[in-house]
Amino acid sequence: MTIPTLIKAAGFLAILAFPALGFSDYILHIAILILLWGFIYTGWSVMGRFGLVSLGHGAFMGIGAYVVTMLWNHAGITPWIGIPIAVVVSMAVGFMIGFPCFRFRITGHYFALVTLALSEVARLLIVALRDHTGGSLGVTPNSVISADNPTSFIAMQFSDKVIWFYIVVAVWIAGLIVWRAVDRSMIRYAMEAVSQEEDAAASLGVHVTRTKLIVTMISAGMTAVGGAVYGQYQLYINPETTSGIAISLQIVFAAIAGGMFVQLGPTVGAVITLLLTETLRQTVGHDVHGLDVMIYGAMLVLFIIYMPRGVLGRVIEVFDRRAGGPSGPTAQPKPQPGE
Amino acid sequence: MGEMLQVRGLTKKFGGFTAVSEVAFDLDEGEILGLIGPNGSGKSTTFNLIAGALTPTAGTVTLEGRDITGLAPTNVCHKGVARTYQIPRPFRKLTILENVALSAYFGADGSISREEAWKRAEDALDLTQLPVDAQSRVDGLGAAGLKKLELARALATQPRLLLADESLGGLDEKEMGQAADMLSHIRERRGITIIWVEHIMGVLMRVVDRCIVLDHGEIIAAGLPTDVAHDPKVVEVYLGTDAESVQSQVAGRVAGASETVGA
Repeated sequence: MTIPTLIKAAGFLAILAFPALGFSDYILHIAILILLWGFIYTGWSVMGRFGLVSLGHGAFMGIGAYVVTMLWNHAGITPWIGIPIAVVVSMAVGFMIGFPCFRFRITGHYFALVTLALSEVARLLIVALRDHTGGSLGVTPNSVISADNPTSFIAMQFSDKVIWFYIVVAVWIAGLIVWRAVDRSMIRYAMEAVSQEEDAAASLGVHVTRTKLIVTMISAGMTAVGGAVYGQYQLYINPETTSGIAISLQIVFAAIAGGMFVQLGPTVGAVITLLLTETLRQTVGHDVHGLDVMIYGAMLVLFIIYMPRGVLGRVIEVFDRRAGGPSGPTAQPKPQPGE
Repeated sequence: MGEMLQVRGLTKKFGGFTAVSEVAFDLDEGEILGLIGPNGSGKSTTFNLIAGALTPTAGTVTLEGRDITGLAPTNVCHKGVARTYQIPRPFRKLTILENVALSAYFGADGSISREEAWKRAEDALDLTQLPVDAQSRVDGLGAAGLKKLELARALATQPRLLLADESLGGLDEKEMGQAADMLSHIRERRGITIIWVEHIMGVLMRVVDRCIVLDHGEIIAAGLPTDVAHDPKVVEVYLGTDAESVQSQVAGRVAGASETVGA
């Protein structure tokens, strides 16, 4: 076994053993949120790392949370079926927003602006359909659990946080696997090429629109899963916490801060944002409304200027340089023969 | 004539401006055709119309008997036409080998294995005399190296028709000679048909089989390099100066002066 494999195995065991260490429910709650948001940020970075900066992932998260809850509350459809439906809906929305953008070559800032609009459209839609969605007051999935009956598999409602912890670990690892699969596939090369020189990539046979749509739909689908699990775990969703600009920006900030070019970067981003939010909540409280979002904004600017590869990306960069072994995209260029 | 490519009545208008007007020519398999003309003569537009980067206002482009008029660049590539860019457009975040390997893979529309793509990339790098190792990065390449990378990527898609756009631009005298010889060498080794666009005639005339001269979007001369270089209309377009050097190049070719060939 190589050292990285050993570290991975040890980390994995440590995570699995985490609930057994007797932490309080609050700590367990924070751990669940870190892994869940880590998954959502990982989903964002599947497309974000290739320059497809979406400011609209709140929409996909909202779709995940609301489709599943609406199907359960109004049609009695179990979340186990609701989640795949939400994923399909989310992917369809990703396609609808992506296809015209990619077909007509709306890239960079313009793409970001289109997606920003999407995230607001989703939030406003949830508010406007208040008869069904509960509007801005939010909605609770019809509860079937009680003190006597704390667990309902069919409703995906569990009062035990340990169960949620393991569900979220599974979801998070699945997210890392998807990220890795994309990273190791030829799609990565196609997207690297497209994000750097779109015309050249097209003239060399890369299906530009198709490839962008694939990563967009993977990303949208993952984010919908995240939104759905979030709703089931919190048993309360509202337009502000699952959709809209604030959530969308939080997703972008966390992924960039953690490092969207490395597998665990978005998870590190989740740790940063969660600790920041919790610290602010406990020190400043709710007196200064929107303070966390303001700090996100300021830090986002600082990160983009001074640490564009994010915290984890930067750490790996420094370690690589220390080790003197240039590898991966951070390596320094060397003079070439053959010129 | 024209078993590889037939261009008929090719016209491109940008608003009221006609960039290319009724251009027609044929190309046989294995030929090297020089497409020359001064700046703004419409040669790059013609090039882009064939490559699919622009859609013609009128006219047809037929490749090996199949109509490829107006196809998107990706589809034109899959039909067996590869292009280079005048200003190199490398994928800078990828290594040289990855640049070429992804071209091989997607040029074949994903129908080959990764191993095969990397093998084709190594072949293409070998042919263009670029480093074949896995670490070499684009940043280490100079102007000539980047031109070679353009060529290597195009070749990796295994085209039957290669469109080379101003492969000499930004190169010094010696590099120009080497670039010209390389295109000639590629044709010999791979049997690839080549359309070579250039605004200077110079060294190109030594290598091409035939030449088409464009001016103001129209063909003003076509034929063997020797004939074209002495055509009064071509001489006028090039204001004499360049035409003289062209004539000397052609004379050198006729005299069999091939000291740089194979260098």
